[in-house]
Amino acid sequence: MDALRRTLLKGAGATGAIAAAMAAGVLRPSQVLAADINRAAFEAKDIAGALKAAGATNVADSTAIAIKAPDIAENGAVVPIEISSSLPNTVSLSVLVDKNPFPLTSSFEFANGAVPEMSLRVKMGQTAMVEALARTADGKHFIAKKEVKVTVGGCGG
Amino acid sequence: MADPMKIRAQMKGDVADIRVLMSHAMETGQRKDGAGNTVPAHFIQSITVDVGGKRVLQGQTGPAVSRNPVFGFKVKGAKAGDKVVINWVDNKGDKRTDEATIG
Amino acid sequence: MKQRTSTLLAVAALTAAFAAHAQQPAKKTAPPAKAAAPAKSAITEEFEKFREVLEEDNPAELFEAKGEDIWKNRKGPDGGSMAQCDLGLGAGVVKGAYVQMPRWFADAGQVMDAERRVVHCMMKYLGYKEADIRKQPFSNVNKTPDHVSVITYVAAQSRNMKIAAPQKHPKEKEAYNVGKEIFAFRGGPYDFSCATCHGADGMRIRTQDLPNLRKPDQAIRAYQGWPGYRMTGGFMLTQQWRMNDCFRQQRFPEPSYLSDSVTALLAYMTVTANGQVYKGPGIKR
Repeated sequence: MDALRRTLLKGAGATGAIAAAMAAGVLRPSQVLAADINRAAFEAKDIAGALKAAGATNVADSTAIAIKAPDIAENGAVVPIEISSSLPNTVSLSVLVDKNPFPLTSSFEFANGAVPEMSLRVKMGQTAMVEALARTADGKHFIAKKEVKVTVGGCGG
Repeated sequence: MADPMKIRAQMKGDVADIRVLMSHAMETGQRKDGAGNTVPAHFIQSITVDVGGKRVLQGQTGPAVSRNPVFGFKVKGAKAGDKVVINWVDNKGDKRTDEATIG
Repeated sequence: MKQRTSTLLAVAALTAAFAAHAQQPAKKTAPPAKAAAPAKSAITEEFEKFREVLEEDNPAELFEAKGEDIWKNRKGPDGGSMAQCDLGLGAGVVKGAYVQMPRWFADAGQVMDAERRVVHCMMKYLGYKEADIRKQPFSNVNKTPDHVSVITYVAAQSRNMKIAAPQKHPKEKEAYNVGKEIFAFRGGPYDFSCATCHGADGMRIRTQDLPNLRKPDQAIRAYQGWPGYRMTGGFMLTQQWRMNDCFRQQRFPEPSYLSDSVTALLAYMTVTANGQVYKGPGIKR
């Protein structure tokens, strides 16, 4: 649990953003406890900003991260994605979509036997790169990308 | 009051395969309603999964996760009969907890 | 003889409805393109690879659960419940009932498709009001009506069963024949019929392959698509909705909810798919 918590509060900007939000009355303390996460990364408008807010620096490309996603999505509102990492000691995986208004879609921390592998469905507004970011226990970050073509956008109506 | 989740948890070899369907609008905050008003963002932002009393997964999500979210993941060392407890909390503070037993 | 007369009446009703639309400017649209090869297009194959993934965890199950709850636990103002509802296999029997409708229901004096029957029961036993149901018969992004959840549950209770819509009662045969005729009836500003898009092999609209509803192995595709979870919007839509939308897409006047003509079309499609195994509820684009 401690490892999870440390990770979540890692980014220096994170606590600051949460404190600012609390000061502004946007977040009640109970919500902060319930969420317990670095929301700033979710509000970043580009990949670089999201990575920075998530505390991911010196991100290296890796073929040890697999992304299973359609070459062409039938519907951008529901794009099935499966990501996995064979990097030793992978502790978290995040899914980003570079052309989305907010690229970071989700982030998962694994502990107590959970395999670094996740399937989920995301919205994609247009043809874009799906990026999977892995973090290992030593704090290093790795990334892999796959293009998904979208025939119908998934945002809005 | 949020609708119940649908959880499936099944041993496949020595790994528990867990899948969950959640009932949630996952509004992006970018959609306009019929009258042209923006529908406020409303989305699950935190997910926790405990198996056999231990926290195995903690997820953070944004509005780009599809409406009525579906997640699948695997847990080593779990066994049939272990209790799976899944919880979500959204950005408005709504929450839901559901349980299943690994089969 | 009698059968023929009512077929003609149904067609006549549609013809009359067109007259009202005749003054609309007739925009010429090309009928859907024939796929280059009879083989599946690469794009279809790509969609199909992931269709299985999507079907495995179909959010339709969330609505199925809601429908089950209503079916099993909801009580009407007079204490009625869906345990009294006869879907054709006896009061309260749900298992296998869906794939054996449309059928003749003596108590209602009508051939009813599954949706019509479910709504009938919800009004009769649970006190739902017809006017309320007609206010919003189909789901939208804000609301999935209760009857849609119940239909989803009823459909799911026939999963992996063979379709066996009865054709014993003369009215069941009549519904099939009327449906067959409406299917092929051309009209409207586009001079379309259902058969224009769904009456031959290898048709498609944009990226979507269209089933030839005259053939059992393709009619099943349309049959099990609905009720289905619509990815666009993220809600459940039903067979009645699909049929209405076909009328709309052809620029026909849309039938009123639960009309005879839709039941007839569903009878034609279901009987054509008889013998095929139902794998729904669906998940659709």
